[in-house]
Amino acid sequence: MPRVTVALMWDTSDGVASGSALIDDGLARRLKALACTGPLHDLDARKTRLEFVDAGVYQMAEIAFQVIDQVTVAMDFDRGANHDEVIARTVPFVAAQAPDRPPTEHEKITRWVLDNLINVGTTDRGFRAVYGAFGHAGAYERRGFDFKLLIEFADPNGEVYLRASDEAINVLIGALDTDVESAQIAAEIKLDNLIRRGKLSDAQAAAQQARYSTVRYAERLRQKLEATRRDVRMVDWETEVPALIEDALTHVVGRYRSETAILANIRQARDEAEDSDRKRKAAHLVEIVEDCINRHTQLQARLLEAGSVFRSEQDRQQFSGPARRATVDLFGQLLAPTLALPLSDAARSTGAFFHAATGLATPVAPRLCDLVRLLLTPTQERDDLIANVPEPDLIPLPDPDVFTEEQWARAEELLEVAEVPRRLSGLLTAARGMDPELPRLVMLRVLYAVSPEIGMALRQGDQTVLLAADDGTRLDDPEFGGADLLVAVAQLTDPAVTGEQTDFQEGEVA
Amino acid sequence: MTDHVAITDAADAARLIALGMRPRSLPARDLIYADLVRRHAEDPTFAELTSAIADGLGLVVLACGPQTGLVLAAAEQSLFAMKIDDYVRRTVFKERREVERVLHGLIHLAVAAVAYPRPDDLANDSYLGRVNVEQVDGLVREACRMLEDKAAAAEENNDPLDDAPGLERTWRIYARRPAAAVTKDGRLAPDSTRGMITKALRFVTDQGFLTAVSGEGGGTYRTTPRYQVHVRELAAEAAFTELLDLGVVVVTDGTGTLRTVPTDTSSDTLYREARRV
Repeated sequence: MPRVTVALMWDTSDGVASGSALIDDGLARRLKALACTGPLHDLDARKTRLEFVDAGVYQMAEIAFQVIDQVTVAMDFDRGANHDEVIARTVPFVAAQAPDRPPTEHEKITRWVLDNLINVGTTDRGFRAVYGAFGHAGAYERRGFDFKLLIEFADPNGEVYLRASDEAINVLIGALDTDVESAQIAAEIKLDNLIRRGKLSDAQAAAQQARYSTVRYAERLRQKLEATRRDVRMVDWETEVPALIEDALTHVVGRYRSETAILANIRQARDEAEDSDRKRKAAHLVEIVEDCINRHTQLQARLLEAGSVFRSEQDRQQFSGPARRATVDLFGQLLAPTLALPLSDAARSTGAFFHAATGLATPVAPRLCDLVRLLLTPTQERDDLIANVPEPDLIPLPDPDVFTEEQWARAEELLEVAEVPRRLSGLLTAARGMDPELPRLVMLRVLYAVSPEIGMALRQGDQTVLLAADDGTRLDDPEFGGADLLVAVAQLTDPAVTGEQTDFQEGEVA
Repeated sequence: MTDHVAITDAADAARLIALGMRPRSLPARDLIYADLVRRHAEDPTFAELTSAIADGLGLVVLACGPQTGLVLAAAEQSLFAMKIDDYVRRTVFKERREVERVLHGLIHLAVAAVAYPRPDDLANDSYLGRVNVEQVDGLVREACRMLEDKAAAAEENNDPLDDAPGLERTWRIYARRPAAAVTKDGRLAPDSTRGMITKALRFVTDQGFLTAVSGEGGGTYRTTPRYQVHVRELAAEAAFTELLDLGVVVVTDGTGTLRTVPTDTSSDTLYREARRV
């Protein structure tokens, strides 16, 4: 990162403003693409810290790809798979990684990966990466890039299901920043060639890519139709949607034709193949292409219906004559402008609206005779809307301090040895006179002083350090045994200041 | 006002105010209430007396009619004022609290926008709007998508500055918030947008502004005339004034954001959104 920044700075200092903007743009795109893979790397990095299982044997990134795959494959026109379906479909793969582990563990692991791809536990259920870019004034700015991999949606019945985000599909199929249509054609040609040359596993990848592109087309159309159902005026039915429908229809016709041809091709490859592995691969490929054709047919059916959806919605959302009284247009004059405001400004208009549109807050003044009834009434349970039940992450309590602060201060006082070194035995006797617990602390501190961390003391900016040395004298003490150490205080000099390149242990001790 | 106000009149006016403070009571269901509302309409002195008492309590009379009953609003700093902090309550961190406040306020605004899609609906006293959770979320998200398209077309870098979260555009914050999220025990998380909308709709229903109709679309509700009065007479104006102060002025000609455009190909009229925010 820092090196990249320097390179960009050179560009700006040369006055190549447009050039730097270009590099900047590409850099930001690459940083964003890199960020999308971050959560997957993170899974493997964090797996050793899992408490419920020894997760070393699992390849988390692979499982994550499987989960994203399953979600994407299940995404059809109306909805996607729910959490349990995705887990059920991924578990066999996880089991293959560690067949000797119990099935409950496989499920737990899968759920953990799924939760992490959604990023359960954060408010936005997404990820944020920080990247740097050059603003209009040419100054370096740190910006946040927010993205999601799996998104939870609610269907009309309120059931929650999963869809893969554009970012996830891009990471998955590795087609960053490319046009849907051209990617599709490229994949098509590649597929045709591969089959002719007999490279079936590459062909499978290309077929899957084609399927993802179709899913994306369907997704765009679905969004437009859904918006139309809510409000006809939200969608541009004059030019935008007709163009989209026409594009998609051309796409479907073309794909249907070529995929039928490809299907015939692979079927032939399958029947002619002699190697059982290749036969199996070809059979799998036939399935994928058949699924692709199904998707196209589904998309086509929706495309044909789209026009009538629009007409019936237009009828349903009747429009009336001109306004009789001048009032505020809530959407156009309040909601949309407020959405475009920065957060701190938006607080003013939303606050004013809230204050005025929620009515009165009548303070509750309970009477004494109602008190018992109020206390006995069970709290009203709003069962479908409740806060996350927190799972507490328990940290063991820190050990209580063995010595009190006062004892530390006294030991400190004792160990402020003057220039002449003192014996440990003398210090211990002095300490015993003050507090029966104190000798133990003094002893420990002196032991530490046998080999103090001088480098650390230097970094902290300490002027002196306590040193202890053994000269062979034995300690004669009722409580402790060992050597009667000599304790002294040494001055520290910073080698950077004095310019001496000496070894810390030897040269720093004055 | 005359100098001689009967004490019984004062009691009646205060009773009318007390009834107006009860979100659920309506003149149609309560003979005494209906009688007081009729008196309010016919007797200017009584109406004035009611206003004076309301004023003393820190309240403003917005409307009084047989359909709505007495509609009261709280003046600033009044004891009866609804505080958004009490409503948001749950959040802990200081910087997050502002985000939650704005999102909740925005959702209340969106509920009104779905309930009264055109200015005319807001002006028309007999109009009953319908709102459901899905519509509200969908409307805001679609508006966010339009703003996103616009930002993409302008080729601005809209990613928020890392050290100045207060400058982030509101639509980005809403778009980032998940629509639905499942908690560990399979319920709807309250900080997802649908959870927040459900909360808003239930809250406003408790205030007598909406009536629950069915569970369709995550919960469908019908507006009451009281809500219309509140939004029209007070809330929309208040929010609009704030926007005017900020210099964000959008002037329309009274037809709203919709236009009818005749097409060459058919005699049908094609409706489209005329002005992209």
